[in-house]
Amino acid sequence: MATTTSVRRPGGPRRRFTPAGIALWGSIALVGAVCWTVLALSRGEEVSALWILFAALASYAIAYRFYARFIANRVLGVDDTRATPAERLENGQDYDVTDRRVLFGHHFAAIAGAGPLVGPVLAAQMGYLPGTIWIIVGVILAGAVQDMMVLFFSMRRDGKSLGQMVRDEIGVIGGTAALIAVFAIMIIILAVLALVVVNALAESPWGVFSIGLTIPIALFMGFYLRYLRPGRVSETTAIGVALLLLAIIVGGWIDDTGLGETLTLSHETLTICLIVYGFIASVLPVWMLLTPRDYLSTFMKVGVIVLLAVGLLLARPALQNEDVTSFALDGDGPVFAGKLFPFVFITIACGALSGFHALISSGTTPKMIAKEGQVRMIGYGGMLMESFVAISALIAACVIDQGLYFAMNSPAGATGGTAASAAEFVGTLGFTISPDTLTQAAAAVQEPSLVSRTGGAPTLAVGISTIFTDAFGGGLAAFWYHFAIMFEALFILTAVDAGTRVGRFMLQDTIGNFWPRFGDTSWKPAAWGASAVVVAAWGYMLYVGVTDPLGGINQLFPLFGISNQLLAAIALCLCVTLMLKHGKARWVWVPLVPLVWDLVTTMTASWQKVFSDNPAIGYFAQADRYRDARDAGEVLAPAKDVGQMDQVITNSTTNGVLQLSFAVLVIVVVANALVVWVRAVRAGSLPTTEVPATPSKIVAPADFFATAEEKAAQREWEESQLSGSPR
Amino acid sequence: MSAVLRVWRGVRWYVREMTGEARWDEYAARCATEGTEPISRRAWERHRADEREHRPQSRCC
Repeated sequence: MATTTSVRRPGGPRRRFTPAGIALWGSIALVGAVCWTVLALSRGEEVSALWILFAALASYAIAYRFYARFIANRVLGVDDTRATPAERLENGQDYDVTDRRVLFGHHFAAIAGAGPLVGPVLAAQMGYLPGTIWIIVGVILAGAVQDMMVLFFSMRRDGKSLGQMVRDEIGVIGGTAALIAVFAIMIIILAVLALVVVNALAESPWGVFSIGLTIPIALFMGFYLRYLRPGRVSETTAIGVALLLLAIIVGGWIDDTGLGETLTLSHETLTICLIVYGFIASVLPVWMLLTPRDYLSTFMKVGVIVLLAVGLLLARPALQNEDVTSFALDGDGPVFAGKLFPFVFITIACGALSGFHALISSGTTPKMIAKEGQVRMIGYGGMLMESFVAISALIAACVIDQGLYFAMNSPAGATGGTAASAAEFVGTLGFTISPDTLTQAAAAVQEPSLVSRTGGAPTLAVGISTIFTDAFGGGLAAFWYHFAIMFEALFILTAVDAGTRVGRFMLQDTIGNFWPRFGDTSWKPAAWGASAVVVAAWGYMLYVGVTDPLGGINQLFPLFGISNQLLAAIALCLCVTLMLKHGKARWVWVPLVPLVWDLVTTMTASWQKVFSDNPAIGYFAQADRYRDARDAGEVLAPAKDVGQMDQVITNSTTNGVLQLSFAVLVIVVVANALVVWVRAVRAGSLPTTEVPATPSKIVAPADFFATAEEKAAQREWEESQLSGSPR
Repeated sequence: MSAVLRVWRGVRWYVREMTGEARWDEYAARCATEGTEPISRRAWERHRADEREHRPQSRCC
């Protein structure tokens, strides 16, 4: 081992600061401090959105440079002399040494989806400040820490999955609870994401047309790649993207034609379409639909994020809402009920802390990482990037007129569904918007109506359309709106396809333990049966959301947010357990602080959703209120008849039971872990399933940009590889 | 000019790596050094697609 230059051992020599470094980091800190001060002190005046943007960027840079490095070197003790699973077990398939920048791209594409776009939009009802603070502080101290630690621990265990690690390191009881929780939470997430798409496309012929066309486009790409030009992915993606843009443009022409009427679909029809589509997509071979769709979705993701960042800089929009609204303090907001604490922390899940990422950070990514030191860049860095997406979405929701925001995001039961009644309702909230303005806003983006277009996607699309129209000009508001809808729907449909498949594999794997034949993923009856079960599960929840008289997003989004955060609690619990088992009690606060915070917020939220006697918040209180009214022969608004009364009672009870079960599952995992913690602390340390160290031969830089030393070391190593001399 | 060229090469490299197109070149190069006859690109890509069939990757929310 002659490569001493690029190898960093835990506790090895620390880099000294150069004057240039001090000046650079000093000025970044100064920019951050100024931006935060402006955000903290501005009251009742026009605040530019760029303060939020730069407060975020400066905070991320400092956290990445200092805190993430501290965690990597001191807390985790990354060791570049140790071979990663990709190096030891390389098989050219799942174990595969991958360039760090490429793996960063793959990892980011896998973790980023619609979550960071939707949550912040809904949380904007509480003002811009709570969301901004939670997204930035949350990602630095919790979300990115979780992603990086889980990635590291899974990497040290040959890429074991989260469920498997909980089972091995905490216990069979905790492991089983975690497995059930992961499956159930995935179903809820799929249902809520599908609900966002249904709400975005219902009664919108343009949207249905252009999103509908993505299916033949993806099929075309699939066949093109399989039969005409095997392997030419970039070329195929370029053709696909061109067709996609064409589909958006053509969609604008069909409004006035007969086709426009045919494609004006109700929520219920769309739900059925989506369920049928989800089932077919999950049983078709992946090359036909899923893989090409994923290429399109990744391209759109990167494209929109870059456009949005540039657009924000050019348009420099001003924030339209207050820093903290009265809804945050009184808990009576129309978008979702509940006070700032705990509900901001569960509404914004992805972007600040997302348990789902733990499933990506364990499994695929750790099997491809080239050097241990790269966990910082990929785990922590990837999550910072996702957080940046969330901040952009928050800004987009805060720069649109607040009357419009509340008219769009309040459930139809409250707004009455027409421009006039919505304007009146918004007036009762303390905002003014005329029915004309509402109609004009809808006409500007060529939608029949914008009233009660809940789910976050249409609001974000209006925000993006406003920013892009300001930034790039050209009067293309309607195009940008549908472009943004397309981008979100594409993500979500990809997530639904992929999620259904993952759910199917999980189910087959679990049942395969008792009935081995069922575990064979290529046996059609098992594959179809398991797919049908998964689709039926999320389809039912989707139907519950779509038909709920109280508004599906209003009812289901808290369930989604809480379950995602409960998954994070399981992941952080595993991190704490492993820190203690490895005898690193000194640094255990790094995952313990976010775990405690996460448990406090999610358990408070769960408690309120289950036990609150306020029918706006507690699911069971809500069911009771409607049951009493039904028994007394009354019909309570927004329900219109006895059938809807029954619906509210059934839905609220289902949601309440689910909420309670999730919380109980997590308590089981935490209780099981507590036992292990006590044992580990008493013993000083305990054996774990960590794979013993093997010396690494690979030389590769650790960070986005290689230092001169790293470059030289890598060159030297590559030359020695070429000349065939053994190291 | 050379800077533009460098950036272009970098972008091209990144795109080919991300899409997995570069994997074929690696395979072909490996076959060349080992002196074995590579299978057709069509068959090779089909093999990769079949692998993907049984290793679903979750896409997050």
